[in-house]
Amino acid sequence: MNMELSRRQFLGAAGAGVAGTALGAFGFGEIEAAHAEAIRAFKLVNTTETRNTCPYCSVACGIIMYSKGDLKKGEKAEITHIEGDTDHPTNRGTLCPKGAALLDFVKAETRLKYPMIRKPGSDKFERIAWNDALDRIVRLMKDDRDANFVQKNNDGVTVNRWTTTGFLAASATTNETAFATYKVVRSAGMLVFDNQARV
Amino acid sequence: MTNSWTDIKNTDLVVIMGGNAAEAHPCGFKWVTEAKANRGARLIVVDPRFTRSASVADVYAPIRQGSDIAFLLGVINYCIQNDKVHWDYVKAFTNATYIVKDGFEYKDGLFSGYDETKRDYDKSSWEYVIGEDGYAQVDDTLTNPRCVWNLLKTHVSIYTPEMVERICGTPRDKFLKVAEMISECSSPIKTMTSMYALGWTQHSKGSQNIRSMAMLQLILGNIGVRGGGMNALRGHSNIQGLTDVGLMSNLLPGYLTLPTEKEVDFDSYMSTRAFKPLRPNQMSYWQNYKKFFVSVLKSMWGSAATPENHFAYDWLPKLDVPGYDVLRAFELMNQGKMTGYMCQGFNPLLAAPNRTKLTASLSKLKFLVTMDPLDTETARFWENHGEFNDVDPSQIQTEVIQLPSTCFAEDEGSLTNSGRWLQWHWPGGTPPGEAKTDNWIMAQIHIRLKELYRKEGGVFPDPIVNLDWAYADPAEPSAEELAKELNGKAYATLYDPTDPTKVVVEAGKRVPSFAALRDDGSTSCGCWIYSGCFNENGNNMARRDTSDPDETGAYSKWAFSWPVNRRILYNRASADLNGKAWDPSRKLIEWDGQKWSGYDVPDIAPTAKPSEVGPFIMNPEGVSRLFVRGMMRDGPFPAHYEPFESPVTNLVAPNVRGNPAARVFKGDFEQFAEPASEEFPYAATSYRLTEHFHYWTKHVWVNAVLQPEFFVEISEELASEKGIVKGGWVRVWSKRGSIRAKAVVTKRIKPLMCDGKAVHVVGIPLHWGFTGAAKKGFGPNSLTPFVGDANIETPEYKAFLVNIEPVAGPVA
Repeated sequence: MNMELSRRQFLGAAGAGVAGTALGAFGFGEIEAAHAEAIRAFKLVNTTETRNTCPYCSVACGIIMYSKGDLKKGEKAEITHIEGDTDHPTNRGTLCPKGAALLDFVKAETRLKYPMIRKPGSDKFERIAWNDALDRIVRLMKDDRDANFVQKNNDGVTVNRWTTTGFLAASATTNETAFATYKVVRSAGMLVFDNQARV
Repeated sequence: MTNSWTDIKNTDLVVIMGGNAAEAHPCGFKWVTEAKANRGARLIVVDPRFTRSASVADVYAPIRQGSDIAFLLGVINYCIQNDKVHWDYVKAFTNATYIVKDGFEYKDGLFSGYDETKRDYDKSSWEYVIGEDGYAQVDDTLTNPRCVWNLLKTHVSIYTPEMVERICGTPRDKFLKVAEMISECSSPIKTMTSMYALGWTQHSKGSQNIRSMAMLQLILGNIGVRGGGMNALRGHSNIQGLTDVGLMSNLLPGYLTLPTEKEVDFDSYMSTRAFKPLRPNQMSYWQNYKKFFVSVLKSMWGSAATPENHFAYDWLPKLDVPGYDVLRAFELMNQGKMTGYMCQGFNPLLAAPNRTKLTASLSKLKFLVTMDPLDTETARFWENHGEFNDVDPSQIQTEVIQLPSTCFAEDEGSLTNSGRWLQWHWPGGTPPGEAKTDNWIMAQIHIRLKELYRKEGGVFPDPIVNLDWAYADPAEPSAEELAKELNGKAYATLYDPTDPTKVVVEAGKRVPSFAALRDDGSTSCGCWIYSGCFNENGNNMARRDTSDPDETGAYSKWAFSWPVNRRILYNRASADLNGKAWDPSRKLIEWDGQKWSGYDVPDIAPTAKPSEVGPFIMNPEGVSRLFVRGMMRDGPFPAHYEPFESPVTNLVAPNVRGNPAARVFKGDFEQFAEPASEEFPYAATSYRLTEHFHYWTKHVWVNAVLQPEFFVEISEELASEKGIVKGGWVRVWSKRGSIRAKAVVTKRIKPLMCDGKAVHVVGIPLHWGFTGAAKKGFGPNSLTPFVGDANIETPEYKAFLVNIEPVAGPVA
């Protein structure tokens, strides 16, 4: 049943049942509660808004993410809706067919949840604990670095380079992640280092 | 971009060539629509396909992929022949007047100094005549036959409208219409913007495609002005940032370069980076190189980088080759010279060329590590997916570790857009399962590696164990801490060099901008061009003030634009030699007799007199370069070269195949189809669709529904010639691989008549693979050649040869 009341019906009902002064002092009383109950709340009212940037092309449209729960309060937060940021000078609230579907990227079935390992010759991935995965990675790195690091070239010049393990950096990580990555990769002496600017 | 997305509204003419903004950058393209609707701007689209950008253009001109340089040099020739040149700009702000050495020449498609065996040039003749005063010699009258302008005039003279039509397949009348519209922008009160993307970069001469347009824009006086510029529509949300921060083989942050092994010590490294001005009074801003370089080393190694050890110069790895780009990486893997590879948010199995070679290469690794929010093909390169990944896992001995990372929605930090805006974003969701941030993952790798070296010892642990890693939580540096490092700080109190009583920055405080950086180790700065992003005023990247005085489109208080919040690069060039705007209606900055001021941060010293100091302060000339000296590997001027796989031979240089200076690895040349090959007669190209983004959105349900299935596009003419029906199945194959696809037969593609020969184009979109929500399919990289641009090794994805035939579909 549609319980939506028009403003005229509402005032009429209020005038019939409640004295004028009480209206001002205590709100609309029962009628207001009945009215509020009758209208489904705007879905985003109880969500947390967070400003972000579309991660696809480099127009970098502003977006607003709405989530149940607030990360800033230490809560778990589930993003329930993403839309264009109307304040953003470039996109002014608009999004393209990719940006408009961002929620499905965040919740894609093929989002990775756990570290996995595929052993040589195997035909499957298996779960591995973070701790074990990271220990294994640095073991493989160090063994290769110790075996193949070049301190001096044939002319005796100090070159301190490692070219047998390489690193491909991303195209959508933050500048801050980029700098952390730079420090870690370069300090190890890696030269085989590239990003996705070319493709 | 020299300018920004919001600045496009100020233009009179948009040229989209080498891109397709309406489909690949839809919300940015709205600013083209804005300029058309509110300013009466016109739009030209030059593309092999009638794209959605073309569908709203005033003029569409078809072009054969890989022939852009001939087209653009044709336009330059038209402008010169018809005196459509912004003369005051060209004479004052370019090196048109500079005199070039006598030894320089261009003949039979080659520049002087070519060595065929090395596929490289001795570039010593590509240089100015330097006078006894140490300055480049110039001829202000432009009468000296050896001045850049006259050399350019001769160089482009062969690119007549007739030659353009023969090479490019662009009908003469279409070309002339485009040339005429462009040439009108030589007026000081008319401007044009160039919008391009990977349609220009993904060629074996990609850099010269872009140079050609940059030269045209200089001749028209369109660089540094509102509504003008060279605007690269970067493909990924932070590929500008990743490059700015120097995540490439040969780079340090802020476009400083890594030493080569010829630079045996700090002093020899600095000696080639002195950048002495080539003309009197010029700023030659790179003279500050040492300050930026030392500050980077301090950001890496902090107190362990001292004047005594030359700020740990020896700890930087030294290059023995120009670069270890992704193509060289896979070449080395294929040769069995690599042990491990780590891919952070990058899916090379679909993104790098010649997939057969990629699979073979990855199979030779001992280990592969991937970090990604999504289940990528690269992480599963060893897994059999029938025809879509036909491998035998038991034969592949590579150990693969797949690490789940967070996505944008769960991460904090800044991204740099095409227009150089650094915009901060905040996390709003909890990551799924055990997914971790990249900062955490990289920190873990570093900390654990360091621990192993401390415990076990090993080869040269110094740069690892001394890396400055003093974060509040070393296990996960925060985005704010890292941003502050990028901004830079003072270790000691800095005083004004001209007034030692004046404090510029107190010890321990962050520097206001890179102007405060020092070369004595008293400052650190992770990336000098980002300095100012998070100074003592706070996080400028998080600013959200939408004010825009006089609606210039600058939005100076929104986020932070590098460098020093400048919104339009080279903006000094928007004003004439007296410092007055070329176009009063498009004022940007002006000289008031004492200083520069206006809507943007001046791209010049605020008190530099307009008649003395040139606007291109990064160049030792103080002017821009129509002739680029020895700074590019394949020539100081662009010249037309065919793609390595071309349906025709090179009309202007029949003996030259491909770009003569492009690197080709042994074994790859044999895998190129011959020019005008009968076996592979069709000209293929690759591109994005508006419903998809690279290989990500096939994981997204909505987009997988919108464009579920791989297809190729061909003309009605080719379809009827080959007996291919609309929606039927076809096999497309190159000398390197074969794919199966549905055929879209379309009027959007038409055969091009090149020198009397009909060239058919086969269009191959790039969004499918074997993981995700969409149907399994192929990408163009199953077919494309393993060769890159001569200067920066961007693979030649946009022009290669294939054959096509109708085939039976898969069994349902």
